[in-house]
Amino acid sequence: MKSIIVKVCMGTGGIAVGGKEVLDAFREELALAGISASLGENCLTHRVGCRGLCARDVLVDVVVDNEKVTYQYIKPQMVRRIVNEHIIGGNTIKEWVVDEDYHNFYRKQIRLVLSRCGSIDPEDISSYINAGGYEALRKALFSMTPDEVLEEIKRANLRGRGGAGFPAGVKWEYTKKSPGKIKYIIANGDEGDPGAFMDRSVMEGDPHSLIEGMIICAYAIGAQMGFIYVRQEYPLAVERLEKAVSQARERGLLGKGILGKDFDFDIRLKLGAGAFVCGEETALIASIEGKRGMPRSRPPFPAERGLWGMPTVINNVETLANVPYIIKNGADWFLSIGTKSSPGTKVFSLTGKIKNTGLIEVPMGITLREIIYDIGGGILGDRKFKAVQTGGPSGGCIPAEYLDLPVDFDSLTSVGSIMGSGGMVVLDETDCMVNVAKFFLEFTQAESCGKCVPCRIGTRRLLEILERITGGKGKPEDIELLEDLSHDIKATSLCGLGQTAPNPVLSTIKYFRDEYEAHIYDLKCPSKVCKDLITYFIGDSCTGCTACLRVCPAGAITGEKKKLHKINQDLCIKCGACLDVCKFNAVLKA
Amino acid sequence: MSEIHSEALNEILSRYISQEGNIISLLQDIQESFGYIPEDVVKWFSKRLGIPPSRFFSVATFYAQFHLKPRGKNIITVCSGTACYVKGAQRLLSTVRRELNLLGEEDTTPDRIFTVERVNCIGACSIAPVFLINKKVYGNATSDKLLREIKHLKKGD
Repeated sequence: MKSIIVKVCMGTGGIAVGGKEVLDAFREELALAGISASLGENCLTHRVGCRGLCARDVLVDVVVDNEKVTYQYIKPQMVRRIVNEHIIGGNTIKEWVVDEDYHNFYRKQIRLVLSRCGSIDPEDISSYINAGGYEALRKALFSMTPDEVLEEIKRANLRGRGGAGFPAGVKWEYTKKSPGKIKYIIANGDEGDPGAFMDRSVMEGDPHSLIEGMIICAYAIGAQMGFIYVRQEYPLAVERLEKAVSQARERGLLGKGILGKDFDFDIRLKLGAGAFVCGEETALIASIEGKRGMPRSRPPFPAERGLWGMPTVINNVETLANVPYIIKNGADWFLSIGTKSSPGTKVFSLTGKIKNTGLIEVPMGITLREIIYDIGGGILGDRKFKAVQTGGPSGGCIPAEYLDLPVDFDSLTSVGSIMGSGGMVVLDETDCMVNVAKFFLEFTQAESCGKCVPCRIGTRRLLEILERITGGKGKPEDIELLEDLSHDIKATSLCGLGQTAPNPVLSTIKYFRDEYEAHIYDLKCPSKVCKDLITYFIGDSCTGCTACLRVCPAGAITGEKKKLHKINQDLCIKCGACLDVCKFNAVLKA
Repeated sequence: MSEIHSEALNEILSRYISQEGNIISLLQDIQESFGYIPEDVVKWFSKRLGIPPSRFFSVATFYAQFHLKPRGKNIITVCSGTACYVKGAQRLLSTVRRELNLLGEEDTTPDRIFTVERVNCIGACSIAPVFLINKKVYGNATSDKLLREIKHLKKGD
């Protein structure tokens, strides 16, 4: 045995299911077996960022003399056997190795931005440098002029990964040309879309790629100061970014005279305080300035008047993390991936009713079917696919008829949704689309900053109508009213939040009008979700185990042991607790 | 204001001055020390900085992070992001609220042992539904799991 490397997945997902305990167990067992002592520096146990397939966590790579085996669902008590049988005995424990599915998950992916996530130690700058990190920065600084760097990013047509897909190079150029000696760069890590977590994974798993992208941008446009705006809901990302920034400073990659050149740039972290609207660039700037995060009308754009009135580039985290790869490999290489109008890859978080939930990176132009069935492994419980929700509260629901749609910025917009930051929530036949629309309106209504009337009042009215419909009190004219109101809100709201808030309503009406009609005319929720339109009852498969009777908070269930139970409809509050505990599928909904 | 408090307050004040002043960071520091934003603390800073209290409260009420009322010893947070929602987050929330007898708009038990909150999304969507107890994340959650954890906490007190 010449070398042993054990890598344990420790993103937020990995830690939540016990990643740290598994890592500690490996350290302990390897020490007990005397392996760490005999191999010294050739025995490494380290944490890695998220590798994507969080559904299988804790995932562990065991590399013995360059031969890698990946284990899934590892718990601390399983570690001793891996050390004894695999590392010492040389026999792989077959039943714990990842199955074929795991490889299918990666087969159609192209991992650029995520290439180092899950393989390097995010808390150690040498790990990043050994994997080719900061080479792009050296290339830019020592063999390219700032204008050449800018030109390369423009030519690569790198479009903003945070939502609207505006070309990053154009933003950079505009900022560069705006008069003003002081210029700023802001990395937007305020990933507020519920259901999206790619920026979190990059910041947790490969923080230096973001920092390197920012330094290159600063060199290109002549900025002196950068800010990373991170959500406070991401404590691990904050911790790792802080470490990364200070390590970069120690190595002379940030601060005065970077790499010996006449070039000064530094980065500071700013914590968001929990407001979705701060993902909008002018609101985000207000928030960094310590004010209420309310957007203002544009122009002037931040490229002209941004942070503290100075020209400012604001790019999303994933966008900036792409920059080092483009500089290192060239624009032509980047243009060869993806589609003509949307080159490169996109990271999506694939969640909801799907087998392989996790983070994926695919070339633009891949179809939804490939994402959901080939990579995602299909629908959970082999139920029927109903829709995929993309773009979070600003996006829409795409039905089965568009499964073969190639995914890029423009195609998603053409079917009434948006790319957004890349959240993909898969919905199946048990999800009610009216309820989904209501969920998003509850969200946008609560997050509307209140500055402009169409958004503040309009979203509330939309929500009230949706509540009426799901509550069984819908009126025949409600669908039309929703549509009219939606169009007005879109046309007249001040910022992106209001302009896109009606999308979930419009897209569900467009593709699932029958569900709205069933709620309004038949007083039925076809997916049996909406509380006011369903009843719970107990079927013949009841064994009389009394589990539901004991858990019912309303005392609505009666029945004796080993005899059929009954739900008193007058008392039932439809909480579903009985359904959760029943082991015999005897609790039914109608 | 007591001796211990004024020490903490002076430390926050000096950090604020050295970092060229930002009300959000100041409020974050206050909340870190006190668990919420007490009115008398805001007034203390208002007097020393010459900033009216209304400025502090306009910011504090804008952001979801800030709390104007004291919170419980244990914070239970149920994630209500899209992925968690479609996988039953609502039921987790109603289970825990029922278990702790929280009614209406209340989010903290009268004995201040528990506070129940929801969060928009913590980005752990692949292990949805998710809840947090005192910042520790629990994935693939069920009502049973949540109730078990609450029982542990109750016993611990």
